[in-house]
Amino acid sequence: MKIAVCIKQVPARDWQPRVNESRTWVRDEDAAFEMNEPDAYALEEGLRLKGRHGGEVVVCSAGPSRVSHVIREALARGADRAIHVESDGAASADAFEVAGALAEAMSGESFDLVLTGLQSDDQGFAQTGVVLAERLGVPHATIIMEVKVDGGALRVKRELEGGWFQWVAMPLPALLTIQSGINQLRYATLKGIMAAKKKDIRKVAASGAHRSRQRIVNLYAPKKTKQTQLIGGTPAEAARELVKRLRDEARAID
Amino acid sequence: MILVVAEQRDGRLNRASWEVVAAAQRLAAKTGGAPIKVALLGGDLAAAAGELSAAAVAEVLTVEQAALEPYTADGFVAALAQLVAGQAPTYVLFPHTYLARDFVPKLAARLDRALVADVVSLAEADGTVAFTRLIFQGKLAADVVLEGEAPYLVTFQAGAFSADLAERGASPAPVSRADVTIDAALIRQKPEAPFREAKQAVDLSQAQRIVAVGRGIRARDQLPLAEALAKALGAELAASRPICDAGWLPIERQVGSSGQTVAPKLYLALGVSGAIQHAVGMKASKTIVAINKDAEAPMFELADYGIVGDLFEVVPALIKELQR
Ligand SMILES: Cc1cc2nc3c(=O)[nH]c(=O)nc-3n(C[C@H](O)[C@H](O)[C@H](O)COP(=O)(O)OP(=O)(O)OC[C@H]3O[C@@H](n4cnc5c(N)ncnc54)[C@H](O)[C@@H]3O)c2cc1C
Repeated sequence: MKIAVCIKQVPARDWQPRVNESRTWVRDEDAAFEMNEPDAYALEEGLRLKGRHGGEVVVCSAGPSRVSHVIREALARGADRAIHVESDGAASADAFEVAGALAEAMSGESFDLVLTGLQSDDQGFAQTGVVLAERLGVPHATIIMEVKVDGGALRVKRELEGGWFQWVAMPLPALLTIQSGINQLRYATLKGIMAAKKKDIRKVAASGAHRSRQRIVNLYAPKKTKQTQLIGGTPAEAARELVKRLRDEARAID
Repeated sequence: MILVVAEQRDGRLNRASWEVVAAAQRLAAKTGGAPIKVALLGGDLAAAAGELSAAAVAEVLTVEQAALEPYTADGFVAALAQLVAGQAPTYVLFPHTYLARDFVPKLAARLDRALVADVVSLAEADGTVAFTRLIFQGKLAADVVLEGEAPYLVTFQAGAFSADLAERGASPAPVSRADVTIDAALIRQKPEAPFREAKQAVDLSQAQRIVAVGRGIRARDQLPLAEALAKALGAELAASRPICDAGWLPIERQVGSSGQTVAPKLYLALGVSGAIQHAVGMKASKTIVAINKDAEAPMFELADYGIVGDLFEVVPALIKELQR
């Protein structure tokens, strides 16, 4: 089975974003970057499917040159080769632009299965995978918690709201957006890291034919509406005051 | 015209549909009073359509077809692509539910039109409507404008607009059938009946007090600290999703949109950022306490009391204080 896994490189979760002068994007020169978490689960699922059914896992990522770090990491975890769609704009682009560029780079590969994370930790569009499915002309399902492949058919467990699930079958080729927690992640071994150095990364220039449909015109810290009582002091002082207020004011403890 | 696509399951209207009606009324007021229509798709829509006709809208459209029940992404995209082409709305609005997440991006791609998702409020920029969404895990708000030709597709976050604010009409809105043709052979997804996993051992919804841990707890072997606090408070232990994903706590202790919904007397969150998917599961709690080292964490927006600090310093002090 020929499996593509789409991966986005995003700023690390504990990074405090700073807004640029025109208030249209962030200044991320000082950011540390990491693999978008749901994408890491998608990669792991791809590697497990390859383990069961054979074939290859190809990592696809659109972004500036720094994206090569997450590509190398994916190769070190066991992906066979990679496609890097080179685009400085991809980091701030919308899902249409990214999915369009990915679809272009993936054409001619004839993947049996394309996996993406269900959304990214930066802009969180939750669209790229589904738009990509349409561009590739394949069926899809979202928020997937289990994948079974039987011959040319796929049976997947969709997460629904509030603890509900549903199995959905569809033919291959197909695209799935993967939910965090579907599996337990593996980490790269030293052997994997060494092997990754020899793996092929095909670089493709984004054609620029796909433009974003949405544009940020103002970026700011969310407005505060709630009057939270912030309790200061040393940890001991804050603890004493909190317990007092929970007892006397909120009557939340005895 | 503004088209609202309401959501139903087994003929019962999803309350989020009313929130989107409220959003549509606000958008209409901002854009020169465009008429609003509400569409419903599925198998048996009489009851849900009747309920929606109470809204102050121009018309309720039902797309009743066997091929739309049960839901499939292919079926809904085929039906809505035709409905949107026929009705020619300027905006098409949806609730940002799991269902919408599954098919709306495909509809937008099929129509080749802009989609802005998970919108929390309306804003203005350069004389046009902008849509506000939260990015970078809720750390920033972005006003977004849509480009290209109409229709523009928008999904709204749960709770962003209050369903109670949706205006009701003086008389019921007319309900009419919209005809579309769906070739069932082109629907590639074959869904089975929804199910829940076996009954859980822990029922957090009954807990009086809850101590919830998030990724701020850092490692599995730090959990006893949170357990000790829970014990001192007489509380149950709960967690954000990443803690359960990592297998540190069982999934039955997960709070949020894909876990349990709780409303205890006291919800004390340790190192939980307060993402919307967590918040929907606990925001009805009577008293909420946030302990987080990041003063800007969205959890402080939900909390009644907050301590900005390192949980590894604050929690031992709290345990000591409670044991005095
Ligand atoms: C479809 C979908 C469904 C989801 N369902 C759920 C769900 O049901 N429940 C759920 O919880 N999430 C759910 N999520 C995930 C959700 O979006 C967030 O990613 C998740 O809630 C974040 O968990 P967290 O707050 O523990 O981690 P983070 O967001 O990483 O936050 C960790 C927090 O800990 C703080 N911190 C770090 N160190 C310390 C310290 N020493 N002392 C004090 N504070 C510290 C940080 O400042 C930060 O605020 C879902 C996501 C999707 C897309």
